[in-house]
Amino acid sequence: MSGPLILQPVLFHLLLSVLMLFLWRQPRYHRGISAVGSALSTLFALALWYRVEASGWVVLQAGQWPAPFGISLVADSFSATLVVLASVAGLAVSLYAGRAIGMARVRFGFFPVFHFLMMGINGAFLTGDIFNLYVWFEILIISSFVLLTLGGEKRQIQGGVKYFTLNVLASVIFLTAIAVLYGLTGALNMADLALKMDALDNRTLVRISGLVFLTGFGIKAALFPLYFWLPASYHTPPSAVSALFAGLLTKVGVYAIFRIFTLLYPKDFFIDSLLLALSVGSIVVGTLGAWREDDLRRTFSWLIIAHIGFILGALALRDARTLSGGVFYLFHDIIVKTGLFLCAGVILRITGTASIKASGGVMEALPRWSLVLAIPLFALAGIPPLSGFWPKVSLLAGSADQGAWVYAGALLAGSLATLWVTARVWSGVFWKAPPSGMEVKEPLVTAGRDRALLWPVLMLALVSLGMGLFPEPVQSLADRISTGLMDREGYIRAVLPTLSMQ
Amino acid sequence: MEVLLALMTGLLYAAGLYLMLRRSMVKLIIGLVLLGNGANLLIFLLGRIVKGAPPIIRADANVLTGLYADPVPQALILTAIVISFGLQSFAIILFKRAYKVLDTDDLDQMRDTDDL
Amino acid sequence: MNKLILRTASRYLLPLLLLFAVFILLRGHYLPGGGFVGGLVAAIAFVLHAFAHGLRTTRHLLRIHPGYLMPAGLALAIGSGLLPVLARGRPFLTGIWHPEPLAVIGGIGTPLFFDLGVFLVVIGASLTILFTISETR
Repeated sequence: MSGPLILQPVLFHLLLSVLMLFLWRQPRYHRGISAVGSALSTLFALALWYRVEASGWVVLQAGQWPAPFGISLVADSFSATLVVLASVAGLAVSLYAGRAIGMARVRFGFFPVFHFLMMGINGAFLTGDIFNLYVWFEILIISSFVLLTLGGEKRQIQGGVKYFTLNVLASVIFLTAIAVLYGLTGALNMADLALKMDALDNRTLVRISGLVFLTGFGIKAALFPLYFWLPASYHTPPSAVSALFAGLLTKVGVYAIFRIFTLLYPKDFFIDSLLLALSVGSIVVGTLGAWREDDLRRTFSWLIIAHIGFILGALALRDARTLSGGVFYLFHDIIVKTGLFLCAGVILRITGTASIKASGGVMEALPRWSLVLAIPLFALAGIPPLSGFWPKVSLLAGSADQGAWVYAGALLAGSLATLWVTARVWSGVFWKAPPSGMEVKEPLVTAGRDRALLWPVLMLALVSLGMGLFPEPVQSLADRISTGLMDREGYIRAVLPTLSMQ
Repeated sequence: MEVLLALMTGLLYAAGLYLMLRRSMVKLIIGLVLLGNGANLLIFLLGRIVKGAPPIIRADANVLTGLYADPVPQALILTAIVISFGLQSFAIILFKRAYKVLDTDDLDQMRDTDDL
Repeated sequence: MNKLILRTASRYLLPLLLLFAVFILLRGHYLPGGGFVGGLVAAIAFVLHAFAHGLRTTRHLLRIHPGYLMPAGLALAIGSGLLPVLARGRPFLTGIWHPEPLAVIGGIGTPLFFDLGVFLVVIGASLTILFTISETR
């Protein structure tokens, strides 16, 4: 009965949404349903992960149609781990949103849409069919449009127009690439595609289709020349929403690039060099943007772009060791970026301003909790016992082995710049006395209701701390995932058992 | 037929992208619609155009015989049309709302979120 | 504008179009048609009614808010997908058919209920969208 386990990450969220849609007129129940549901789905995701670890693969052929004809759901270690991390981040956001999101937004369906988004994210991680991946992408971007613009503030609408346009454009480009692939091979199942594309003679067209995919996913992952919608929109919605976007949405694009470019386009010098150059560009642009930015959440948005460069550069080198560093960094980034934006939400509530210059005094208002808030911040910079450190070591060592000095240099410079930016945020927001005329509110210490906002941050901080203090299991998992990604045989054999027997 | 469809696809992509580059929000929506239709037509074109029977195996046979039309591109296009239907209705509401809140149709005026 | 002809026609067209929608829904498994198209035809029937008689009358005619059709349809579709998993231990969305076709309706099985779910979702979604667009000015 492995079927229901792999269905759960998708179907359970859908069921939650349906339940909440039935209770549309009783929005006061939404928070509770969402919190309990997210906790349960985290447990289910862990169960799926254990199953995948035990047996290597969980594959479901929907409707009992065998693989190349029907739609397959495939969970390998990579997908299953990402589903678990997405559930953890989703749980934190759900708990945070239960307190922070106002009743007006809840009444307009914040939580049902949130669970639709989670369904789309999990579906994208689990599908084994490229058109199905497109459909999940559409589900998650439509939900994200709603979450981004819900509330209808002026800034939200402006950010929403840009976010909407660029994401729809990315989807059309993605669809174009699928059309080209279908025309070339007549296949949509990714394992089947991998086999058929190897046999194609027209390598130029194959490479062009790869570039079209790279453009489409590059927009979604906010890769270097295609990133500009991200800092224009991620700071506009409530912090719970930007936390979800920062932690998961761009990462789905990264996941798609990892999956497609390991499975369908293994080792192509042109694509790999281009990807490496774009990754270095992302690191440079992201850190420069963060360097000169004053708005707290926009600073973090620029850092997302820089760190996307860290992760994708690891793929471009096509080396198992670097790739495992990239995979580890991806895991760390999901947890830490979500925690970071939740932190920013807490800070905004205390200081009441988005500007780093104009704020301060958080340490004074929250002496003990500031240490918890500091964990995501310094994990981001990769200070040793925290989770950002270990993947950076693998990335640096791996890229130095490969002789990719430009990438290694960008990595080092990017890490130092990140450290500088986090130090600036720490001293500007936590240490500095608030500028005259500004009052630091202290609602989080006195009011028990608002203190609940800190628990989800603590939860994510503990996950990050755990990954940092006990890196060995995570590292060995990342190693296994990266060898699995580099060696496509396992994936293809799991999805198409009959075909590979011949 | 293929040549005609290929030209049409190119025209739709070109017109869509051109309209998206304009400054007006209304043209932006129309551009997105045209782009989506271009992609659908491309799927249709690349899925090989065949005049054939629906691909249903008759009750007394085991395999498909004769010329049949590939159902997959049609299913893909139908799905894509449904999705773009949803996206377009969302776009219309969003842009209408943007017009009301910002009192302008000009995309160049929407710079509040880019201020450094 | 004098809408007498439209009003009179729409009164007769509404049941006719709904019947046609159900017909399209039922023939959809092997022939062109299905839940999506059927749902659109049904939604158009109500939109036509709204054109002729005004939004309020149509809302009254529908009794429930069309938005509630969406979760109902989704639940039906999920249920028909999960039935083979729960009842037979087969993969998700496997078709289970009643052995004997019924009169008028034809073959009956989980795909039909899935399509019925799609039908309801499409009616609910398109009516909600159209009502929202025409209400907010």
